[in-house]
Amino acid sequence: MPNASRFERLAARDDRWITVSVEGEPVKVRAGDNAATAVLAAGLRPSRTTAVSGAGRAPYCMMGVCFECLLEIDGVENVQGCMTPVRPGMEIRRQQGARHCENNDREEMSA
Amino acid sequence: MTQAISRAARTADLCLIGGGLVGLAVGIGLQRNGLNVAILDEGDVALRASRGNFGLVWVQGKGDTLPEYARVTRLSARLWPALAARLRERTGIDIELQQNGGLYLSLTEQEVADREAMLIRMRAAAGGDYPFRRLDLKQVREFIPEAGPEVAGATWCPEDGHLNPLKLLRALTEAFLKAGGRIANSGRASAISPLNPGFRISTPAGDWYCDKVVLSAGLGNRELAPQVGLDAPVSPNRGQVLIAERVRPFLHYPTGHVRQTDEGTLQIGDSKEDVGFDSGTTTDVMAQIARRATRMFPLLREVRMVRAWGALRVMTPDGYPLYEASDSHPGAYLVTCHSGVTLGALHEGPIADWIARDRTDLPLEVFHAKRFSL
Ligand SMILES: Cc1cc2nc3c(=O)[nH]c(=O)nc-3n(C[C@H](O)[C@H](O)[C@H](O)COP(=O)(O)OP(=O)(O)OC[C@H]3O[C@@H](n4cnc5c(N)ncnc54)[C@H](O)[C@@H]3O)c2cc1C
Ligand code: FES
Repeated sequence: MPNASRFERLAARDDRWITVSVEGEPVKVRAGDNAATAVLAAGLRPSRTTAVSGAGRAPYCMMGVCFECLLEIDGVENVQGCMTPVRPGMEIRRQQGARHCENNDREEMSA
Repeated sequence: MTQAISRAARTADLCLIGGGLVGLAVGIGLQRNGLNVAILDEGDVALRASRGNFGLVWVQGKGDTLPEYARVTRLSARLWPALAARLRERTGIDIELQQNGGLYLSLTEQEVADREAMLIRMRAAAGGDYPFRRLDLKQVREFIPEAGPEVAGATWCPEDGHLNPLKLLRALTEAFLKAGGRIANSGRASAISPLNPGFRISTPAGDWYCDKVVLSAGLGNRELAPQVGLDAPVSPNRGQVLIAERVRPFLHYPTGHVRQTDEGTLQIGDSKEDVGFDSGTTTDVMAQIARRATRMFPLLREVRMVRAWGALRVMTPDGYPLYEASDSHPGAYLVTCHSGVTLGALHEGPIADWIARDRTDLPLEVFHAKRFSL
């Protein structure tokens, strides 16, 4: 099972479970977890593809240094999953290649 | 005996002092002329414009007060595709050269009008052959739909382009080494002594011997030039540059302030600051650069910065290059400029040919340092 995550959650402080969405599927995580934890718990690998060659990547350092954990969180792309605490209902998606960059304010554009 | 061996090992037909974009480009051009060339450069810590620049191969507005400079700039732009192809063939490195035209965006009508007036003068000086257009915002958006409402207009020149300057530096280095060139990162060359014939160049790692010497040491030329009867009044001018995360391509033409590489990275520049030899960054200048860029392209507000740096330009008093052969020390040459990316193909081509053959059709007199004492 290439996608089986060996991520294992140790008994830790906060034992409340909350539900987030990973690629549209509900995933239960602990309240103190971060978004990268959620994709690992979901066994979602690779969790992103790189901007230039499209190679697969997954969370690595889990401490904000390597940027391998980039995710789309609540519609915002290229967010470091390991630095983003989960919230109930959070929508997490894989980061596919380079992020999009769009003008959100079209009215302003037509000025 | 040991001394004889080490002297032979440090002998070349020609030594270039300084191995940035200028020295390397001239170096491979001299190899093309059959010369055995060595480059003497500093170690890890040095001031290097070649590692911190913006990567534009830029034509529009270059040489507004010196038609010969406009001419050599355009000549270099025309020579670039062939050089890029040769570098790719020899090293496998794609320097990402694109010459599909470029825009200089302005936030005020006045600036667009001033630039248009300048380009009209340049067109007259070039006998009518100087392609450009003035664009209003609507026309700008035909090139770049994402241009923001504060953009007053732009000037467009179809001969402008850009490349990846770090890949260029690597490609030039590899091409130079592959052709048998030697690069000695032996530290600052201090003394150049004329021998009869040739020169001896003292470096911390020993002396080098050569028939000809080219000063291509950027800001270091100021101290070296007088030793061979030349003058290089160059001073540092700092530019700070911001780099943003890679995003999907939206900017298909380079602009004077923002460009997107073919890997998606955004490069945003740059300041022009007179701060001596300080190549650092400052928050206020980075904020100004970012503010101007987000006014030009509001979508950049959402984009994350990942890096910033400062680098020092090699500036002459009038901004134009110095190309000069020494009268008092035949065999010694000075080649230095701002815009060493743009002029790279000129350096590899006609400038290297001039040094190898001691004749040229280029109007080099206008690039002598004597112009500053007239
Ligand atoms: C922010 C910024 C943006 C720029 N944007 C552009 C652009 O878009 N387009 C463009 O065409 N140009 C641009 N430029 C200019 C361009 O980068 C330079 O013209 C070019 O890199 C100069 O190359 P160089 O080899 O002369 O100098 P450098 O890269 O400074 O190299 C000089 C070399 O000489 C060595 N040296 C110095 N003294 C000695 C000594 N005594 N002995 C041995 N070695 C010595 C140094 O170690 C160094 O390696 C920009 C520059 C800056 C700073
Ligand atoms: S896993 Fe390394 S930065 Fe998030």
